[in-house]
Parts: sequence; C-alpha cells; structure tokens
Amino acid sequence: MLEIKGLTARVEEKEILKGIDLVVPDGEVHAIMGPNGSGKSTLSYVLSGREGYEVTGGSATFDGQDLLSLEPEQRAAAGLFLAFQYPVELPGVNNANFLRTALNATRRARGEAELDAVKFLKLARAEIKRLSMADDMLKRNVNVGFSGGEKKRNEVLQMAILQPKLAILDETDSGLDIDALKIVADGVNALRAPNFSALVITHYQRLLDYIVPDRVHVLFNGRIIRSGGPELALALEASGYASVIAEAA
Amino acid sequence: MAAVAETLDTVQSVTQSGYKWGFSTDIEMDIAPKGLTEDTIRLISARKNEPEWLLEWRLKAFAAWQTMTEPHWAKVHHAPIDYQDIHYYAAPKKKDGPKSLDEVDPELLAMYEKLGIPLKERAILAGVEGAEDAEEQRPQIAVDAVFDSVSVATTFRESLAKVGVIFCPISEAVRDHPDLVRQYLGTVVPTNDNYFAALNSAVFTDGSFVFIPKGVRCPMELSTYFRINARNSGQFERTLIIAEAGSHVSYLEGCTAPQRDENQLHAAVVELVAMDDATIKYSTVQNWYPGDAEGRGGIYNFVTKRGICRGARSKISWTQVETGSAITWKYPSCVLQGDDSVGEFYSVAVTTNRQQADTGTKMIHIGRNTRSTIVSKGISAGRSDNTYRGLVRVMPRAHGARNHTQCDSLLIGDQCGAHTVPYIESRNRSAKLEHEATTSKIADDQLFYCRQRGLSEEDAVNLIVNGFCKEVLKELPMEFAVEAQKLLAVSLEGSVG
Repeated sequence: MLEIKGLTARVEEKEILKGIDLVVPDGEVHAIMGPNGSGKSTLSYVLSGREGYEVTGGSATFDGQDLLSLEPEQRAAAGLFLAFQYPVELPGVNNANFLRTALNATRRARGEAELDAVKFLKLARAEIKRLSMADDMLKRNVNVGFSGGEKKRNEVLQMAILQPKLAILDETDSGLDIDALKIVADGVNALRAPNFSALVITHYQRLLDYIVPDRVHVLFNGRIIRSGGPELALALEASGYASVIAEAA
Repeated sequence: MAAVAETLDTVQSVTQSGYKWGFSTDIEMDIAPKGLTEDTIRLISARKNEPEWLLEWRLKAFAAWQTMTEPHWAKVHHAPIDYQDIHYYAAPKKKDGPKSLDEVDPELLAMYEKLGIPLKERAILAGVEGAEDAEEQRPQIAVDAVFDSVSVATTFRESLAKVGVIFCPISEAVRDHPDLVRQYLGTVVPTNDNYFAALNSAVFTDGSFVFIPKGVRCPMELSTYFRINARNSGQFERTLIIAEAGSHVSYLEGCTAPQRDENQLHAAVVELVAMDDATIKYSTVQNWYPGDAEGRGGIYNFVTKRGICRGARSKISWTQVETGSAITWKYPSCVLQGDDSVGEFYSVAVTTNRQQADTGTKMIHIGRNTRSTIVSKGISAGRSDNTYRGLVRVMPRAHGARNHTQCDSLLIGDQCGAHTVPYIESRNRSAKLEHEATTSKIADDQLFYCRQRGLSEEDAVNLIVNGFCKEVLKELPMEFAVEAQKLLAVSLEGSVG
C-alpha cells in the first residue's frame, strides 16, 4: 500500500507539491489527472527519487517502508516502477542486456536467484509475444531510434518483465495512437492482481477507457483538489478542469 | 550535487588504491648501471650474445638518437625525462634460458599467476582430456611473457612449430632465425623514424617475434604479456610480426606494472608486415600503472606501432583498449601499399585522475582502392586529458581510396578534457574521406533511468560506458573482450573523479 501524507517538494527554489495526501491500497489502480504544470510529473519523480526534487515535508511510505529515505535503485528493489514520460536513450546498450541487468539487480536485492541468459530470453520472448511487439525489440539499443510509440511500448515491456508491486505511469499515453494505447493498457491490466497497484498519471480520459481506475484524483497547483470514482474522469472530459478548479477555490 | 559527481565521489572513496596489479616481485636481478652510452649498448648486445650486425644497427640508431630532440607536439605535459637516470637492462638472474617452465623462478610464475596469465600449457587435445573436463575446453592461447627486459617463457611453441609458425622472444629469433630478422627489422619503423623509435632501436632488450608462413592460418591466439618490475628501469621491447602471403594471425598484448612513486619509461616499437592476402589482427589491452590520484608515478608510454600492408588485398587491424599509463603517446598506423589493402584502427582510451593520453592513428593510402576505417572512443574522467590525433593521407596513385573516421568522446564529470585533432591530406581526387566526431556526457537522466530500473550507480556508469565502447570491444577476441570490459569497470571504479 502506498501512503502519502502532507507531501511537499520543490524544484530549485520553486515549491511544486504543496501538501499531497493520497492512499493507494494494494490491488487498486488510481488515476491522477490535472492540467499542465499542476505537479503530476513532479509527484512521480519525488516518489521514485530523482535528483533535484527536494522533499521539504510530509511522508511517503510503501508497504510501511519509508520511500523517501531510499536510493532510487532501492525503491526499484522494493517494487516501484516508473514508466517514463520521455524514456531515455542508452546508445550501444542492447535492450536485452539492459533488461537482464535490471532484472537481476532487482532479484539480487530481493534475495532471489539471478536468471541466466537462456532463462531470461525465454521469459522476455514470451512477454514480447504477449504484448504483440516486434521480435527485434530485444536486439535494439535501449530506445535509440525508437518511435514515440515504440519507446512507450518498451516501457511496458520492462514493466512486464520486472513485475513491480507499484507502477507509476507518467503520461504513458501521450503521443500514442489507439493501437499503441491498447497495448499499453493491456500491459497494465495483465499485471492487475491483489498485490499490484498503479498510479496512472494522465491528461486525458482516453487511457482510462482501457485502464479503468478504482479512483480518480484531480491534481491542481500542487494539491489534490478532488477525488472520485471513474465517473469523475468522464465528467472532466465533458466539462474540462475549469469547473472543478472553480469549485475547489 | 549532480548524480554524476556524486557517483564519482562514492566510487573514488571506495577504491582509492584501485590498481590491483600494483604489486612488485622480489627477484634477483641482473641490472645494468644507470645511464646510456655506447658502452651500455655494447653491454646489452653482449648480454644477449648478439651478432655484430645487430650491434652496428643499434649503434647507428644511437648515433641518430643523439642528434634528435624529444617531440613536444602532443598535448601532454611532463617534467623533463633524465635519460641518464634509467637502467636500460634489467633481467631476472639466471644462467641460460629456461628449457621448460620447471626451470623458471617460482616467484616469477607466482607473479604471472597473480596476473591471471596462463603460463602453464594446458596442452589439452580437444576431445581427449577435454571430454573429461568441459571447463578446460577453452580456446588455447600461446603466451610469451616478458619481464622487464627479457622474455621468461613462451608457451605452445612446439605445437605452433608443427604448422611452421615461429613464436619466440625476439632475442632468440636473432640467434635462430637471423636472416628473417635481418630482412625485416627496421623496415617498417626505421631506426631514425622518431626520437623514441631511435631510442628503442638502440637499447631494445626483448619482445616477441612472430612468423606465419605462406597460407597458414595460425591455429591459436598469440599473446605477449609485458611486465615492468624493476625500479627505475625502462622497458624497450621490440615486436616484429611477419605474415606471409595468404596467412592469418591474431596477436594480443597485455601490459602491467607495479605501483611506484617515480615515473617509468616505456618506449616500444612494433612492426607488422602483411604480404598478399595476409591478415594481421593486433589487439592491445594496455594497463600500465597510471599513477595515483595526484599524478604521482605511472608509466610514460611512448610507443611507435606501425604495420605495412605490403601485399595486395592484405589487411592490418589494430584494436586497442588503453586504460593505463600516466602518459600515452601512441599512434598505431597502417601503410596501405598493396592495392585493395585494408587498414583498421579501433580504439578505446580511458583517462582518469591526472592521466594524459594523446593517441590515434595514421592511415597512409598508397595503393589503389585501399580502404581504412578508424573508430576511436575516448572516455575522460577526473582531471585527465584525452586527445585523438589522427592522420589520413592519400597519395597520388591511390585511386579509389576510402576512409571513414569516427571519433566519439565521452566526458564524466566537469574537470576533464577531450580533444580531437584530425589531419586529412588527399592528393587524389577520386578519394572519399569521411570524418565524424561527437562529444557527449553521461547524462543525469541516463543514470536516473538505469537506477530506477534497479541498477546501482556504478553498474549504470559501467553499462553506459560499455555501450559507448561497444563498436570497439566487439573487435577484440572473445575472451579478451570480457577482460577488457572488466578492466574498463575497474579503471573507472578506481580513479573516476
């Protein structure tokens, strides 16, 4: 379970998160929506431990463990996965090698046995097939020369292989056509289980047609100003953020 | 603090004394007095029982050297070298050359064991003993081990001799194959080629000699390990490789030295000759002691390496992974004389702390349709300076010559330097020459991306660096590629800062 209490954070000198309270119980998928600049990406970076995002107050725990005191790789080992809004290119680093290194680092940290190349390839090929991706995905260098859609699918592939307990999807739907969107959604839905939860950050209702959230939260100006069921997303789609913001003011 | 700087700091704090090859070995040595005069050269020549012609050749080189001055065009800085304060000959004490490994000083064997160099011949005939123990079934590698000034052991010589391959210390080749040595020595790098080559010609002590007869594909990798041990001694080895028509050989050299406060001089010469349709692949993993974090000690590596593609369709390929030395001054070159001959240069040079590397290649296109490829990857960290210096020259007769050069630099931290100095001269209008260069930094977002996937900062840096070098590492023989990867990791662990 992810529990965030009174979380405040700044980037350089600017306060971006102004007191976030949020609980995502195991097995649930929550959506975070909000206009540009409301602090959505900052929240995902603060939770995953990116440099330059300074926590000034509050707490964030995952399964009772204090997330904020951990290094990024320790958070990953604890089961946190961030699907990046802009996946990073690693020239010369083969996707299969990257994934296996990542998987084995995580397995080691959890006290599990490492997978050898053969077992890993078997696992990776199965996931690629299930996600209807191209076979050459593993041979290519990490995100180098990938189209926007391919990069996002690669994030989903990594997620499928690393099997996180908590996934944060940072606008994974941006720039995706409808087919890619379905693949991404299928990837998340396949992971749905009583011990898996997800925080889906998105601008649009569209993705939520495929990943139906248990709860929807509206983030504005560094605070959650409204929470509700999936119908809240539909209402936002119909009438925009303005009315919700006006109500909260 | 930026992620990179922090990584570097952590990494540095764990491994201040990162050079794990820094031990020295206590062995009774036969050492010439310090200094360089004609007498020193006569002494070296006498110690090695050399023929008169070679002594003359050395003295001629010495005379040339005395008229020359140290070159200072490279982007390296060092205190003046006192050439009279160096021992020019240091050898483990022994009466005759060892007949077998049993006669080699056990201290020496123990040292090579420490270095992980297989001197014991594992003469396993595949399918016989190999069947019993699959782990032993690795590719065989013949090794020549050079300790300070002399070769101490060469393995697998008999099995090589069966196919006519000669692989032995050059001092033995002078004795046993004088005509071959005399015919080729100094034909690729003349005695007066440059200051350090002249010095080497005057005082060279040992090195490897390889001869691959016509049509023979050398059945195993040949490798030489050079080790400087004695204090205040220089190492001046001389390597000569001759590949006759249609032959093929892959040769690897590795280098280490103990940790010393003072600088030690290393000035080698390597000459390669490839006849019609012959291929020589020369790989180097250079890991001389680089000096400490403040720049104290370390090897001055002033090396002249040159190969000539004398025959048509011949090919010479240089691959180097350079992580060591306080100063590296080295330009493995190809003279493409034969029509359709091919020259290649693949290089990874890593500099950390206060290291300085000025390295690159020369591709001289003389024959028609000669082709060359240059791929250089420079990685600078700490307060080091890393320069690629390369010359591509196309002579008037070289119709259809082609060159592709790619120089990439990777910077780690913000106190290091990367420089690219290409010289391109074309005297034939049909030549096609391409030069690409990039400079990049390990970005914070790359590190964060890797760490978010569970990699430690160190693993992330290694992964990114290895990715950057991949094009070059894949040119190394399989086993050495793995070693080189580890070496890159260790170098960056030890001294990135």
